[in-house]
Parts: sequence; structure tokens; C-alpha cells
Amino acid sequence: MSVILFTIIIVIGAYFAGLLGSLTGLGGGFIIIPLLTLVLHVDIHYAIGGSLVSVIATSSGAAAAYVKEGITNIRIGMFLEIATTAGAFTGAILAVYVPTTYIAVLFGVILIFSAIMSLQKKAEHILREQSPLVKRLKLGGTYPVDGEMVEYGVSNVVGGFFTMLFAGVISGLLGIGSGALKVLAMDSIMRIPFKVSTTTSNFMIGVTAAASAVVYFQRGYIHPAIAMPVVIGVLLGAVSGSKILVQATSSNWLRWTFAVIVTLISIQMIYNGVTGKI
Amino acid sequence: MASRAKFKDTDMQHIIGWILRGGVAVSMTVVVIGGVFFIYRHGESVSDFHVFKGIPDFIGSPKKVLQSTLQLHGLAIIQLGIALLIATPVLRVVFAAIGFILEKDRLYTMISIIVLLVIIVSMITGRIG
Repeated sequence: MSVILFTIIIVIGAYFAGLLGSLTGLGGGFIIIPLLTLVLHVDIHYAIGGSLVSVIATSSGAAAAYVKEGITNIRIGMFLEIATTAGAFTGAILAVYVPTTYIAVLFGVILIFSAIMSLQKKAEHILREQSPLVKRLKLGGTYPVDGEMVEYGVSNVVGGFFTMLFAGVISGLLGIGSGALKVLAMDSIMRIPFKVSTTTSNFMIGVTAAASAVVYFQRGYIHPAIAMPVVIGVLLGAVSGSKILVQATSSNWLRWTFAVIVTLISIQMIYNGVTGKI
Repeated sequence: MASRAKFKDTDMQHIIGWILRGGVAVSMTVVVIGGVFFIYRHGESVSDFHVFKGIPDFIGSPKKVLQSTLQLHGLAIIQLGIALLIATPVLRVVFAAIGFILEKDRLYTMISIIVLLVIIVSMITGRIG
């Protein structure tokens, strides 16, 4: 395949990855890695490197918009980033030793989990009470609901912290944002309002990915000929996506389409992993 | 809530939003410029990434990336842009740390510094390993 065709295919695929990634808050890696490995037969290490770069672009591009809206909780993000960056570092080191077959299968499993997570009904719950630890860490905050600032609390900080550690390892190992795990930690375990969870997750994904990207960058996993079209496509997609989310919450058909696509891709990844084609 | 410092969370949100936007804009501009050089010179070449071979030697270290960038090597310019993109969220943590210092929030200044230390350790270990 010629360089120009290779570049164009990646730009288009990455655009959709960025769009879906920012709409669902799950990052763009779940499409980038299968596109590169299954369709373009790129070595999975290059795919992980390219994906990580795309994850940083998606997160930063969309986070810039959300932070200004005042929805992102910077303190929650910062506190949990201790866990995600430490995890991401561990994951990047592990990636060198874990056989690619296992990486492909694990990738498929995490994808299916993300698809299920995205289908769950997201009730916007607001926790009123705050534990002493939450007060000490100043994790509670306010966010705009119909133009009014509403106060919310946070629960199970320890549980959330350890889930974030795990999310970091997965992110570093697979080169994805692992936004589904981050949203799980914040929305389901820490009982943070959904809108705050998704935007804060997006905010954290960039720093988490940067912690493992510095390892990948130096090991030659990030190839500029792959990273260039990935990052351009993803960013354009993320910009489109963030404009849609700020205006309206994601609709039902979008979640279903996303879940179906992701499940099909996961099966492909697991199959190719098991048969040793990756 | 208790402190009435001049520097507030909303100011920090503003600055962080600005850094993320600026960092992405600058790094993407560099990546696109490099991409134009690369495609213009090598558009018709065959691309094959089936087997992992690392990256070409002329972009093998930060110093080589800068040298090759000055020689207008497309791939080197892209790699420089990507390095800037990776630096963007790190810079965001640095500025958050400064913001927390200005807010006189000791706890979160410490937390920001811990996050930075983890990234620095990752950076150093990555080079050795």
C-alpha cells in the first residue's frame, strides 16, 4: 500500500474514532487499534503507540471545552490521577513482557465491557452527604444543571482510587484511555453525577496516557508515519463530538450503534488473538 | 470555600482550558507541517508496518529529532509535534500545581507534585528499559 493511501484510510478511521470517543467519553483507542491491526496489518506495538497519541489528542481537545463549561471537577481529577498515572506506568512496563496474543484478547474483553457499560442507563444521581475524608480532600463540588449550580458529594473514595489504579494499568498496557473503567469508578463507585464523571474522566485520560506515552515514545513504539494521520483524524473527530455533547446528551440509538460495533470488533480481536494472527 | 484567595478555581479552569487548547493547536500545526513534507516526498513509497522495527535512527533520540527537524525531515517534524502533544497534559499538571500554590491549597499542591513525580519516574525508567 502506498504511503498516501495508508495515510488517508487512517485519517478517515481516526475521525470516527475521535467522534465516538468524545461522544461516549470512552476515548478513541477502541477503534484505532483494531483498524490498524485488523484492517491495515500494522504490528500491535505500533498500533498501541499510535492509539496512545490519539488518546492524548482526544482528551485534551474535548477537555479544553468541558473545563471552560465548569463541569469538570479538577480536584477529583487531580487526586485520582495519582492512581491512574502510577497504573499507566506499570502497564507500559508490563506491555514489554506480555505476549501480543494476550494483549489482543485482553483488549477484546475490555472492549466488550465498555460496550455493556455504555448501554447502562445513566441516572443523574446527586449525593448530598459528604464523609470526613471527602471533606478533607475537598472532592465535593458544584456543577450547572439547567443554568443553576447544584452541589454534589462523593462516596467510597478508597474503592474509586483502586479502580483508577486498575484503569491506569489497562490504559498503559493496551494504549487506550480506558474511559469506561474511569467512568465506572466515578459514576458507579464514587456516586459522582454522570456529567461530572464523563467530563472528569476525559480530563484525566490525557495525563494518564502521557505517563505511559513517555515510555512508549522512547522505546520506538510511536512511529510518526502512523501517529500523524491518527492524531489529525482523531482531533477533528473529537472537536465535532465535543460540540454535540455540550449541546445535547447522547441519544439512545447512538449508544446501541456503538455497542454493536464495539462487540463485533472485540470478537474479531479475541479471535485473531487466540489464533495467533496478532 | 473558607479561603478568599484572589486566585480562584474558575481562574484555574480558564487557564487549564487555555493550555490544553494552545498545546493541541501548536502540536497539531507542527504535525501537519511535518505531514505535508513527509507526504510530498514519500507519498508514493510503500508503507509496511507489519513487523515491529522500532523507529528510524534519525529520530532515535530527542537530540536527533531536533537535528533532523532543522534539516526539514518530515518524520522528524511530526515526531517533534507528537512530543509537544504528549507534553500538553503534563504542562497542564504543572500549571494546576502553580494554581494550587496561588490558592494556598497545600494538599492539592502536594497531590499535583506527586502526579508530576510519577510521570518523571516513568520518563527516566522508559529510557533505561
